[in-house]
Amino acid sequence: MATGIDSWTLARPEIFLAAATCLLLIWGVVRGERSVNLVSGATALALVATAALLFLPFREGTAFASLFVVDRLTATMKALVLVSSAVALLMSRAYFEKVGAWRFEYPILLALAALGMMLMISANDLMSVYVGLELQSLALYVVASFQRDDARSTEAGVKYFVLGSVASGLLLFGASLIYGYCGSTQFARISQALLEGRAAELGVVVGLVFFVTGLAFKVSAVPFHMWTPDVYEGAPTPVTALFAAAPKVAAISLLVSVLMGPFKPLFAQWQQILVAAAVLSMLLGAVAAIRQTNIKRLMAYSSIGNVGYILLGLASGTEKGVQGVVFFLAIYVVMSLGVFAVILTMQRQGKMVEEIADLAGLARTRPMIAFAMLLFMFSLAGIPPLAGFWGKLYIFMAAIEAKLVIPAVLGVLCSVVASYYYLRIVKVMYIDEPGVALDRTPIGVNAIVAGVGAAVVALFSLLPQPLGTAAAAAAKGLFP
Amino acid sequence: MDLAVKLIVFLPLLAAAIAGLFCRVIGDRPAQFVTCAALLAAAVLSCWVFVRIGFGPADQKLVVVKLSTWIGSGTLDVDWALRIDTLTAVMLVVVTVVSSMVHVYSVGYMAEDASIPRFMAYLSLFTFFMLMLVTSDNLVQMFFGWEGVGLASYLLIGFWFDKPSANAAAIKAFLVNRVGDFGFALGIFAVWMLTGSVSFNEIFAKAGDFAKMNIQFLGMELNALTTCCLLLFVGAMGKSAQLGLHTWLPDAMEGPTPVSALIHAATMVTAGVFMVARLSPLFELSQTALAVVTLVGAATAFFAATVGLTQFDIKRVIAYSTCSQLGYMFFACGVGAYSAAMFHLMTHAFFKALLFLGAGSVIHCLHHEQDMRAMGGVREKAPQTFALMWVGTLALAGIGVPVILGHGLGFAGFYSKDIILEAAFGAHSTVGFVAFWLGILGAFMTAFYSARLMFMTFYGKYRGDHHTWDHAHESPPSMLIPLYVLGLGAVFAGIVAYNWFVGDSWQAFWGKSIAIASTKEILHHAHEVPLWVKVLPLVMALSGIALSYLYYVKSPDLPARTIAAFPSLHRFFFNKWFFDELYDRLFVRPSLALGKALWKKGDVAIIDGVGPDGIAAGTQGFSSVLSRFQSGYLYHYAFAMLVGVAGLVTYFLLAKG
Repeated sequence: MATGIDSWTLARPEIFLAAATCLLLIWGVVRGERSVNLVSGATALALVATAALLFLPFREGTAFASLFVVDRLTATMKALVLVSSAVALLMSRAYFEKVGAWRFEYPILLALAALGMMLMISANDLMSVYVGLELQSLALYVVASFQRDDARSTEAGVKYFVLGSVASGLLLFGASLIYGYCGSTQFARISQALLEGRAAELGVVVGLVFFVTGLAFKVSAVPFHMWTPDVYEGAPTPVTALFAAAPKVAAISLLVSVLMGPFKPLFAQWQQILVAAAVLSMLLGAVAAIRQTNIKRLMAYSSIGNVGYILLGLASGTEKGVQGVVFFLAIYVVMSLGVFAVILTMQRQGKMVEEIADLAGLARTRPMIAFAMLLFMFSLAGIPPLAGFWGKLYIFMAAIEAKLVIPAVLGVLCSVVASYYYLRIVKVMYIDEPGVALDRTPIGVNAIVAGVGAAVVALFSLLPQPLGTAAAAAAKGLFP
Repeated sequence: MDLAVKLIVFLPLLAAAIAGLFCRVIGDRPAQFVTCAALLAAAVLSCWVFVRIGFGPADQKLVVVKLSTWIGSGTLDVDWALRIDTLTAVMLVVVTVVSSMVHVYSVGYMAEDASIPRFMAYLSLFTFFMLMLVTSDNLVQMFFGWEGVGLASYLLIGFWFDKPSANAAAIKAFLVNRVGDFGFALGIFAVWMLTGSVSFNEIFAKAGDFAKMNIQFLGMELNALTTCCLLLFVGAMGKSAQLGLHTWLPDAMEGPTPVSALIHAATMVTAGVFMVARLSPLFELSQTALAVVTLVGAATAFFAATVGLTQFDIKRVIAYSTCSQLGYMFFACGVGAYSAAMFHLMTHAFFKALLFLGAGSVIHCLHHEQDMRAMGGVREKAPQTFALMWVGTLALAGIGVPVILGHGLGFAGFYSKDIILEAAFGAHSTVGFVAFWLGILGAFMTAFYSARLMFMTFYGKYRGDHHTWDHAHESPPSMLIPLYVLGLGAVFAGIVAYNWFVGDSWQAFWGKSIAIASTKEILHHAHEVPLWVKVLPLVMALSGIALSYLYYVKSPDLPARTIAAFPSLHRFFFNKWFFDELYDRLFVRPSLALGKALWKKGDVAIIDGVGPDGIAAGTQGFSSVLSRFQSGYLYHYAFAMLVGVAGLVTYFLLAKG
């Protein structure tokens, strides 16, 4: 266990990000609205620099009296969170400038949310879990309603806030039960107590249910998903893009480290919870999306379905499963950001549009963007040789090896149903007659993100090795 | 020799590939040139091969050119091999000569068509398949050629695919042939089951062994050989339009006239006769099968002639005539006179192709008019066609003077038809007797309807509209030259070939390519028949022509009065014995009803309804139910979360307790 100065060394990236955020906040406050471009650029830079600090040099260990842990998994997840937050931040500018809400608080809030997520990922104690979670959540509540003169954005923020509070309450209640039965909030001690016989206590299981419920809300697993379509639709599109990527990664990472760590002795119990949530999420994600007309709402259901796959991988409880989860998450983040980048280029007569019908005939008016979207949709549907296929393949393989055959088969069937609405978008773009064509916006950040994402998705099969190795290394830490 | 055989078979395929695949690139003229040149070359080579094989020494009368192994699976070995003996050599000459003439003729006939290269490619492709059929060394390769000519026939009947009637006719031809082909395929299976081989040499070697065996077929204990032969004969019936499976042939006249001449008169429809002759070593071992062949042939010869009396479409008259003549060939086979059947096949190819191409010339002249009621007096406009048609008609009617100069003197059909009738009489069997008298009646009717065709078309006054008449004209040389060539064949094929085919030197000519024993016997008897048998066909033919002259030139009101006297008989003949109506009731409508039931109830209602459509509708419904849960109210959402937690907790409480 690291003490003293070593603790500070282990937490170097978090400290750097916190300091940078504070400095930029002060700069913003002093300079006012004029500083927004500089603050946002610097924040993006700081996020990327933090990601770099994680690995330069990479160290592992626990710190701050076991409140904080760093290993391969947390570092990988943090890097994913930071990079996706930075990309989401860069994608935001054009949108907020158009709606007149491009203010310097936005990048600051994003950085704080990212900081919260890092703490979540590195949490090694029920207390630090909660602190990280709340830091992240509070920042995101504000961000969801950042377009504050827009009723839908405000509504999204309020809904997210209220339901998030309910979830936090459930999580806290679960944590208190666990503390009550196990006598500690430290992960290591909880694990020990469970192994010594506390696992048989009903109270611990009930505590686990409440605790997992709180996290399931964050990853929007069924039946704690209800907020997702409304918030995805209502929040400003760049915020939705962020929601679909970074917080998902953080919450999944936390679930992995909590379930594989202290609650490993309760595997039989949480596996049942996860399988139920996974199957329901895959089913709902596939079926409910069919009737959606708003593409952001559709992506909300898509994310619910994808979370189902991730939970299925996690429910296998094996090294392969965790490896599959990391692998899938990385690919999903790329696809998700890519899709939202495409959505952010959708404008008609200077106004943002977000209906699926607005995409009609896109292949004729903007062939490159349409082709990128086609790649994302095929990849989300899991069509080889695109990246999304490999993610699903790893998850299903892990599930079958863990004897979760029926859920895996259900997952494949849901994936078939889901391909309907992904392919429908392709059909709308390529076959339907265009109405009023979308504007030809100049090539900006979003077009670049979409292009890079599409290239990654399309060419992934040529070089899958690095991600596979990274995922394997991350998973290895949990299975010494 | 090997090279010549390969060239004969594959030149048409090459030409078809060039004309068919590159038609857009090379254009009309080169496509016509390539296909005609290939066919003329094949025809010249065929004649050379014919002379080498037909008149070569006895030990060189069979050449087998192995190309490659086709199927080698377990005990089934099938080769691609070209087998040339006298029987094949005869067919090679007939096919390539007629085909090359039809190719040349088509240059003129199809001059105004929009897709000439496609037409030429189909013709050449057909020729390739036909050659493949006649040169096959085993039953499977023969089946390949058999199906290939069926395909080419389908494509050519439906060549004018924008005409619904042509499409219907093409489909009908294909489907009716499926029935025959199914029998043929079953026959091949049975032969293979019994002999373990499909190659002709091995089958014939083992034929004697299984002649006495029995097999189970359709739950009955049947003689193995008879069953095989009858199944194979069903195939022959389909391809050669014999009674029962003949309905497609008249409809096939929807195709362009050169197609009718080549496929539906001279070559493809004779494939059944060729097959029976080729398999004669099998057939001669089964008296039952031969009796069936005789009766079917004789019945067809009679039936088709009666229908031919009443038709008005110039091509249909000739089509029924073809059907009838094929019947003659079959009953010749049935009584064992295979060489006589092949003789008639050869002469018939010339004069029937001549008649068809002549009819095409008339149709061309009258701007695609085919109804004889709208013709008349055409000889003024097309004198050469008129003369050539008479040659064809006299050959078909079998006009000639018997007895004199040894075998008599006359047109080609005279020799071949007479030897068939004499063979039937000489068979001294009941079926032979039936066949003889039906054949004699058929000969009378043949003479009547072919003369009727001539009189209605070329004599009297023109009955069509004047615009057409003013533009009527003799056909161009590209169409007339083939007519002259075929005319030569129609005049001289009989007198030249008589001696080799059925005369004194028949055995030296045929070698071992057909069953010798029965042929020997029947030819012997045929030459010994009484004089009245030799004279009777001529009497019948002359009286047929005379009666026709009376009906259609002398007193043109006679036909109407005859019809009035025998209304029901006329209706019966005119409606082709109601075969189409009968099949429509028996097969077409029940099949349609069954298909519709399976489609509407079986597929749409049950399979689709429960399967794809049902699941899709269910998913949609489920989706809308789920959407309704998404009310937008905070307290609903929070409630759902609490229900979720409560459910999980309850589950674990119950699981524990």
